[in-house]
Amino acid sequence: MNARSLADFSLLQGLLEAVDVVVEAPGKTLLQAASARFVAGQVSAILGPNGAGKSTLMSVLTGQRQPDGGQVRLAGQALAGYSPQDLARVRACVAQETQVAFEFTVREVVELGRYPHRRQAAGHEADIAMQAMQATAVEHLADRQLNTLSGGEKARVHLARALAQVWENTSAPGPRWLLLDEPTAALDLQHQHRMLQLARDWAREQGVGVVAVLHDLNLALRYSDRCVVLQGGQLVAGGATAEVLTPARIHQVWGVCAHPVPGGGERNVLQYVFEPGQEDAARRPVAPLAPAPLYG
Amino acid sequence: MSAVSWPGERRRWPARAVLGLGVLLLVASFLVGSARGAYAISPLQLWAVVGDVLGGVAPSSPEHLVFMNIRLPRLLLGVAAGAALGLSGALMQGLFRNPLADPGLIGVSSGAALAAGTTIVLGSLWFPEMPRTLGSWTLVLTAFAGSLGVTLLVYTLSQQDGATRVGLMLLAGIAINALAGAGLGYLTFLATDEQLRNIQFWLLGSLGGARWSAVLLVFSIVVVSVGTGLTLARPLNAIALGEAQAALLGVPVERIKRFAVLVTALAVGAVTATTGIIGFIGLMAPHCVRLVAGPDHRIVLPSSALLGAALVLAADSVARTVVQPAELPLGVLTAFVGVPFFLLLLRHFRSRL
Repeated sequence: MNARSLADFSLLQGLLEAVDVVVEAPGKTLLQAASARFVAGQVSAILGPNGAGKSTLMSVLTGQRQPDGGQVRLAGQALAGYSPQDLARVRACVAQETQVAFEFTVREVVELGRYPHRRQAAGHEADIAMQAMQATAVEHLADRQLNTLSGGEKARVHLARALAQVWENTSAPGPRWLLLDEPTAALDLQHQHRMLQLARDWAREQGVGVVAVLHDLNLALRYSDRCVVLQGGQLVAGGATAEVLTPARIHQVWGVCAHPVPGGGERNVLQYVFEPGQEDAARRPVAPLAPAPLYG
Repeated sequence: MSAVSWPGERRRWPARAVLGLGVLLLVASFLVGSARGAYAISPLQLWAVVGDVLGGVAPSSPEHLVFMNIRLPRLLLGVAAGAALGLSGALMQGLFRNPLADPGLIGVSSGAALAAGTTIVLGSLWFPEMPRTLGSWTLVLTAFAGSLGVTLLVYTLSQQDGATRVGLMLLAGIAINALAGAGLGYLTFLATDEQLRNIQFWLLGSLGGARWSAVLLVFSIVVVSVGTGLTLARPLNAIALGEAQAALLGVPVERIKRFAVLVTALAVGAVTATTGIIGFIGLMAPHCVRLVAGPDHRIVLPSSALLGAALVLAADSVARTVVQPAELPLGVLTAFVGVPFFLLLLRHFRSRL
């Protein structure tokens, strides 16, 4: 398998790890000794109910938030040891929502993705921006002002900006990373699938590491290789997505009943239909599982 | 490229056209400013003076003396003032990601005003022999110190966990500006009628205090500051995405913030200390540029400096000719000249807002 051979090829090179990460807010522990490994060449999903700590984990992985304990390592080296410029050349992040000040056009915003790279020929930079826009189907909006677009269109523009940022491996060796916080939240059904298909293609064909916070478990099943599941600030499960997301686990974490779709599998979009369970998921006690390192 | 035209999206002017127009406006207002005044100098006389100066000929004519000793330093101070205000306005709006920001927001102007007021009122009590006219060293230095001090205070108040919080800086700036305003109000209560008039004129700004020694100092501070400010264009574009996203793009956000505040404090502080408060340019110049050229700071920063300089020169040449031999306060004219121009642009481009 392509992903596995890539991981074996340089075990540390292709790893993004959270090691015993603790994040505390006044009076509350947001993340409790979370350890997880993400492997380049794969799509990894971060799953869990609202308020489980998904975005907190993501903000620690991107380095925007300093953990109160533990650390994040990229290619075996603490994230804090990298310069922001070096990180920006190999890693692009998309936030849940980005407010852009002033009347920048779509093209200008996507071109900002090239900021961390040494300036190459202007034509080359424009090419990358155009191809990134085509990849997320916003090239027809190139000269529109970003702030006049719909939420889903804006989301695709920011995704295009992230793609442009890690479009090619020129200035830095090692795998590139895409860290996406709910990339599909604002997208219509077609674009949800296009976006995640694109992420998976990049992972398979270019060895890019994709880490995405997802809410739709069927999307996670279809497009992610591995996943980690958060509940109440703890990592309660991790591994191959199809093995982790069993009806029993889904009921335990989300409090919904998941019924497998007859004949559902790799070809089908749906793997489960859901129906609400009896209890409020947020009030469920967290299963007492010892948080263990998760291997990619 | 699309055939449909969307509301608010008319074609922008190309960068070169905008910059070229800025240079043209500056040169034109410089030439008009050179010719007009209490002592009018005709274009031919001006040409002769320039020839004399370049040829190293000793000053022979009155227009030579007027131009070299009175008008040229005044014009250069005007260029420095306008460029500093225009560029700093664009820097502050970019940094705060807010089109209503202006250089005064971080306390530069109110600090200078409070210090100038103190010098005018209390200085006459405590150090009666000190000169306190506009442009005198005492007033310039205390006002400059006041503007830097108050800006530093606002900057310090906006620190949290080793980072500058822009939202905090905005509120701290508003609070400290109000405090400085109250201090100035108390000083006007203490002031004699003559001092009150001096404070009032200082608050309305004037290039009348231009002397070579001060002008050269202010001009060099502004040149260095504007030069530094122009290098912040690309980072400021990224900061439009928000500080967090900019940091993820590798922008050293904290350093950019410090530079932007430092450039503004030095340039606007030095200018304001010499001219008093020249309002409206810092708010307006960047808006005018953005309306025609779009928000890219690589165009907005230099063009705002050019337009600011042109507007100050234009306003000043009106200020010193409409009621001659007296002079109107410059701050009155920047508003009189600037606001209609601004409103005209707003009307023309209102769909872009």
